[in-house]
Amino acid sequence: MSDQLSGEWRPTASPESLAARADVLRTIRRFFRDRGVMEVETPLLSQGTIPDAGIDVFRLPGVDDAPDRYLQTSPESAMKRLLAAGSGDIFQICKAFRQGEAGRHHNPEFTLLEWYRLDWDHVALIREVAELLGTVLTSDGWQVWPYRALFVELLGVDPMDEQTSLKTLADLAHSRVGSVPEGLDRDAVLDLLMSHCIEPGISDWGMVFITDFPPSQAAMARCGPVDNVDVAARFECYVHGKELANGYWEQTDPDALDKQLQAENTRRQQRGLPQRPIDERLLAAHRHGLPACAGVALGVDRLLALKSGAENLAETISFDWDRA
Amino acid sequence: MPNYSTNEFKPGLKVMLDGDPCSILENEFVKPGKGQAFNRVKLRNLKSGRVWERTFKSGDTLEGADVMDVDLEYSYTDGEFWHFMDPSTYEQYGADRDAVGEAEKWLKEQERYEITLYNGTPLAVTPPNFIELQITETDPGLKGDTAQGGSKPATLSTGAVVRVPLFITEGEVIRVDTRTGEYVSRASKS
Repeated sequence: MSDQLSGEWRPTASPESLAARADVLRTIRRFFRDRGVMEVETPLLSQGTIPDAGIDVFRLPGVDDAPDRYLQTSPESAMKRLLAAGSGDIFQICKAFRQGEAGRHHNPEFTLLEWYRLDWDHVALIREVAELLGTVLTSDGWQVWPYRALFVELLGVDPMDEQTSLKTLADLAHSRVGSVPEGLDRDAVLDLLMSHCIEPGISDWGMVFITDFPPSQAAMARCGPVDNVDVAARFECYVHGKELANGYWEQTDPDALDKQLQAENTRRQQRGLPQRPIDERLLAAHRHGLPACAGVALGVDRLLALKSGAENLAETISFDWDRA
Repeated sequence: MPNYSTNEFKPGLKVMLDGDPCSILENEFVKPGKGQAFNRVKLRNLKSGRVWERTFKSGDTLEGADVMDVDLEYSYTDGEFWHFMDPSTYEQYGADRDAVGEAEKWLKEQERYEITLYNGTPLAVTPPNFIELQITETDPGLKGDTAQGGSKPATLSTGAVVRVPLFITEGEVIRVDTRTGEYVSRASKS
């Protein structure tokens, strides 16, 4: 055992990579200080969590009669409670945790930058994300593509058209991906096409913001019609085909949010996943009143990997999942 | 056999897929920004040797394959089977032609080979990377031609034919790289 572990004490990041991280963190903090956005800290371990069917949370059992705690998958709930309590514009750099997400571009414990802007919509926030990225990466501008238009452009299929059946999408996935897992629902097939076809398809497009997602993928974004089709007011930022940030024009209506959270739990049930308790403190904050705002989460480790050209996220992290 | 989930898929793990034992070569976790996560997995079918690429939903499971690698000593062949023995238990294993495959030309009695057993039956035979074999037939080399220069074919005791330097003579024992089928050196004197 000791022989096998002889090199395991070493960091997975080089000294240059550690210095680059310190440098980028400084750049980010300066960026927000100059814009009057306040840095905050919120708990990593909470009694509430999110029901998102695509995310598996770390759960810590409570001792004696204490309730279970969850490691945050993002600081979203706590930051929204600060916003509801009148914090004004805020940002946070913190660790977030997602079980099972280990790979070249994933580490189950990762660093997130998340920020919120009062009275902004997702379109205004896209500009700020691009400006921040422009200070860290060399960038030749950016493009904005609605989800629907991107699928039509790259795959010749309209994912928002009700006439486009699940079978049509699954057949397309079969021909493009080769092997398709059994029993995928519509959103899962769209996710498969997104991760296996769209992402590689935009890998030489530079910085791309994908907007206006299907309402079934709204998460905590508000939904509304664009050109007479309901879409979720969300965006994802891709640089060289790698997803870097995920932003919402936030859903502020507590009843609509409750419905969206319940829908995620229903989806969990359909996929055979355990139910998650609804975060009542978050809903209470919404009932008190979440100010109109837009928010975004950005993966700092991925940003560092893009900046340095690292092939593996581990090169940006002091000790990756296997060595932690 | 236990089931393995996609997050346990590591290179070298043996699993059953479509009824055949496979060895995992690569496992890549892919996930769009939000939503369903997938694992793109490369596997080698241990029966056919073909490489398969499959996409699984993260969290899907495959049954483990009862596959293990053991070091066995080659004994003899009866023409249909090639017989190997576990030197500690004297247990015998017969490998058929499919299992022996390319390794046949490197089989030497009392030499050790890595045998991949599937449900206790040899599935594949891997020779050691280097093996020392005697030359049974080769043309006489030119006198004085030592270090540099051409090569000539030589037939080894196992039937394999390799190219050797001209100075090598019949009856000599040489060291061969079984992965490339190339001459390495004269065998070390023992």
